[in-house]
Amino acid sequence: MERSEILKQFGNDDENLINILHALQNNNSQNYLEKDDLKAAANHLNITYSHIYGVVTYYTMFSLKPRGKNIIRICNSPVCDMEKSSDIITKIKKILSIGVGEISKDKRFSLELSECLGQCDIAPGMMINEDVYGNLHNADLASIFEKYK
Amino acid sequence: MNIKKLIKEASAEWSDLLNGPVPAFLVGNATCGRSAGAGDIIEKLKTEISSGEHKCRVLEVGCIGMCFLEPIVSVYRPGYPLIVYGKVEEKDVVKMIEAFLNKGEIITENIIGVVGPNEQINLPDLFSIPIMKPQKRLVLNNCGIIDPTNLNHYIANKGYTGLQEALQRSSQDVIERLKESGLRGRGGAGFPTWRKWQFCKDQDNDTKYLICNADEGDPGAFMNRSLLEGDPHSLIEGMVIAGYAIGASMGYIYCRAEYPLALERLRLAISQAEEKNLLGNDIMGSGINFKLKVKEGAGAFVCGEETALIASIEGERGMPRPRPPFPAISGLWKNPTIINNVESLVSVARILQNEPGWFSKYGTKESKGTKTFALVGKVKNTGLIEVPMGTTLREIIYDIGGGVDDGKQLKAVQTGGPSGGCVPASMIDIPVDYESLAEAGTIMGSGGLVVMDEDNCMVDVAKFFIDFAHKESCGECAPCRLGTKQMLAILEDIVAGKGTMEDLDLLEDLGKGIMKGSLCGLGQTAPNPVLTTLRYFGDEYIEHIQNKRCPAKVCRDLKYYEILEDKCTGCHICFKACPVAAISGNPKDLHKIDQELCIKCGMCLDKCPVKFSAIEVYPGNKVMED
Ligand SMILES: Cc1cc2nc3c(=O)[nH]c(=O)nc-3n(C[C@H](O)[C@H](O)[C@H](O)COP(=O)(O)O)c2cc1C
Ligand code: FES
Repeated sequence: MERSEILKQFGNDDENLINILHALQNNNSQNYLEKDDLKAAANHLNITYSHIYGVVTYYTMFSLKPRGKNIIRICNSPVCDMEKSSDIITKIKKILSIGVGEISKDKRFSLELSECLGQCDIAPGMMINEDVYGNLHNADLASIFEKYK
Repeated sequence: MNIKKLIKEASAEWSDLLNGPVPAFLVGNATCGRSAGAGDIIEKLKTEISSGEHKCRVLEVGCIGMCFLEPIVSVYRPGYPLIVYGKVEEKDVVKMIEAFLNKGEIITENIIGVVGPNEQINLPDLFSIPIMKPQKRLVLNNCGIIDPTNLNHYIANKGYTGLQEALQRSSQDVIERLKESGLRGRGGAGFPTWRKWQFCKDQDNDTKYLICNADEGDPGAFMNRSLLEGDPHSLIEGMVIAGYAIGASMGYIYCRAEYPLALERLRLAISQAEEKNLLGNDIMGSGINFKLKVKEGAGAFVCGEETALIASIEGERGMPRPRPPFPAISGLWKNPTIINNVESLVSVARILQNEPGWFSKYGTKESKGTKTFALVGKVKNTGLIEVPMGTTLREIIYDIGGGVDDGKQLKAVQTGGPSGGCVPASMIDIPVDYESLAEAGTIMGSGGLVVMDEDNCMVDVAKFFIDFAHKESCGECAPCRLGTKQMLAILEDIVAGKGTMEDLDLLEDLGKGIMKGSLCGLGQTAPNPVLTTLRYFGDEYIEHIQNKRCPAKVCRDLKYYEILEDKCTGCHICFKACPVAAISGNPKDLHKIDQELCIKCGMCLDKCPVKFSAIEVYPGNKVMED
C-alpha cells in the first residue's frame, strides 16, 4: 500500500503516532521503518522528525534497519527459561543459521529475543509475526518455519 | 435500542444454543487452545459436519483456565448438560460425532466435567472437580463458556445489565457501590478503586479521561490476555460504567502489541457495542456519551506504569513522570485521568451486574472479592485460575495446581513479577491478600504465580529479574538506571564464583537506596526479588560465595559433570557429542571429562543413553577447588 493511503486512515493528533508507526512498519516488506516513513509520519502529524526518531528508538518493536520478511520473537523470560527455551533458541539458530538480531540469508526470517510474551501457560513459547506457538519442541521447529515463505 | 429488547433477543439465541434442536461444539480457541491445535480441531469438525447427516454448530470460545488440558472441546446436545472434554485430538472428534450425535452414546474418555443439570448421566460437575472446587469464578465466569465474538452470548449472561443499573443511578451512587464492594486495584498496588474515582469525579474539569491498562508485561502473567480474548465485552461494560462515574466521555484501552488476538477481539467488541448503542453517543437513551479507542504498545515494559502509559498515548517516548500530580488530578493532556487494570474494570461490571454485598462476601476483611492468577512454572496444572482473596498459596499450588511437577520438592513461589518476590516453601500457608503478601516482603502484583522447585537456583532467579529491570529501565533516573546495573554486576560475580561476603551487604544497601531514590514504581520495586531471596535463601547465596557451589546445579561456573566409573560402558556417544573435545576415552573403555576444557553445556548428559545414565552433575567447581 502507498504510504499516503495508510496515513489517511489516521487522524492528525499526536495520539495516533504509535499506531501509525506500527501500520507503516507492517506495510514494509522488510519489516522496518525507512527514513521516508518517519518523514511522512512527521508531516502527517505536523511534528518534528527528531521527535519521531526519539519515539521509534525508544520502543523495542520498531526497527530502523531492514529485517527478515517474518519476525521470530522467542521468549527469554523465566517461565520459558525453566522449560528450556535456551535449547529452542540454540536449535533455531542452527536451523536458520542466524544469530539473535540477524536476518537469515534468504531474508525470510529475523530472530529476536523477547521478554515474556504472556503465553507462559504454554511455555516455551514464541511468536512468528502475529502467530503464537507454544509447548515448543525442537522437532517441531523446521515444519513451523516451512509455513513461512 | 431498548435493553429489554436486546436481552429478549439474546436470551432466545442463548437458550436455543442450550436447549435447541441443533447440537453445538464449543472449541477453546484462545491463545492456549490455538497453540495446542484448536485450529485443526475446528477444521476437522467443520468438514466432518458438512459431510455428515447431522446439522450441528461449531463455536469458538475463550480459555476456561485449564490450559494444560487444551485443546478443550465442549458439546451441547439437547437434553444433556454441557460436556467438557480435554486433550482432544482430531480422531476423537470423529468418534464424538459418530457416538454422541448419531447414536446418543456418551464417550466418557477425556471428560473433564459437565456444566448444568445432569441427574441422568451422573458425570462429575465441572465446578466440583479438584482443580475447580476452590475457585470462584466471578470475573472469569464467561471465559470458555460464551463465544467472545457474539454480543448476544454476553447479553444473555447478565451482560450490560450492570451498565443499565449504573445509568439509572447518580454517578455518586455508583461510586458508593464500588466503595461497598471493597474493590481494590488489580494492577498491582491495590489502591481502593472508589477512592481514586472519587478524586477524579471531584475535579472541576470538563474533560476527563478513562484509560484501561492492558499492557500486561510482568514475566509469568497472562490473566488480562485471557480475559480480553475470552470476554471482551465485560471490559467495555466496566469502562462505560467507570466513565460515567468519574465524568469521562472518552476512554482508551492501551494494550500491548504482543496480544494480536486480544486486540482483534477488542476491536470487534467495540464495533458491536457501538452498533447497539451500548457505546457512543446517548447510550441507551440516557444522554450519556462515552467513546472508546484502542492504542497499541510497542514493546516497552515501563509503559505499564501509569504516567509512562499516558506519555505513550500522547505520542511521546513512554517515560514516567513525577507524581504528584497524580493522574486523577492531572493526567492525559493534563486532564484528570483514571487508569485501571483490565481485571479491576471487569470486576466493576460484575459488581454492578449483581446485588450489593455480592462481591464483598468473598475475600478477607481488607481484600475483598476474588483475584485471577496465572499459575505457571513447575506445577502440574498450569493455567488461569480465580480464587477468593485469602486462599492460601498451599491450596493454590496443591489443590488447584495438583502439586509440583515430576514429584519434585517445592522451593518457592514467585509473585508480583519483577516488582515482587519469592515466598519460600515453608511459608505457603500464608493467605493471598494484599497485606499478607506485603508482610512476606513480596506483593500481590497483577497475578503471576511462578512455582519453583529444587532445580531452580534462587540467586539465578534474582539475577534474571534484576537483568529484566535493568533492560527495561527507561534510563530517566540514575538510581534505577545505574543501581540495577550495579546489582546485576554483583550478582553476575556471585554466580561466577567471584562473589565476596561483603557483596551481600552491598546488594542490600544498594537495593534499599534504589527503592528510595527511583522516580517510578519500576525502580522503587526492582530490588524486591533480590531482597526477598537474600532474606529467605541467604544460605544459597553463601554457598555460591564461600563454597563455590550452586546447590540447584544451575549456575554454569559452580557445577561440574562427571562420568560414573561403574556405569560407563564406553559407548563413545558422549565423546562424539562434546562440542569442545573435553571427553577422552576409546570405545569400550572408561571415558573421562577434562574439567579444564569442559564448558558445561550438558550435551554429554543429554546424549548419554538412559539405560546407562553414566553422567552426573554435581554442585561445585573442580577447577577452582584444585
Ligand atoms: C513498571 C510498572 C509496570 C506496570 N505494569 C502494569 C500493567 O501491565 N498492568 C497494570 O494494570 N498495571 C501496571 N502497573 C501499575 C500501574 O501503574 C497502575 O497502578 C495500575 O494500572 C492502576 O490500576 P488499578 O488501580 O486498577 O490496579 C505497572 C506499574 C509499574 C511501576
Ligand atoms: S515467560 Fe515466556 S511467555 Fe511468559
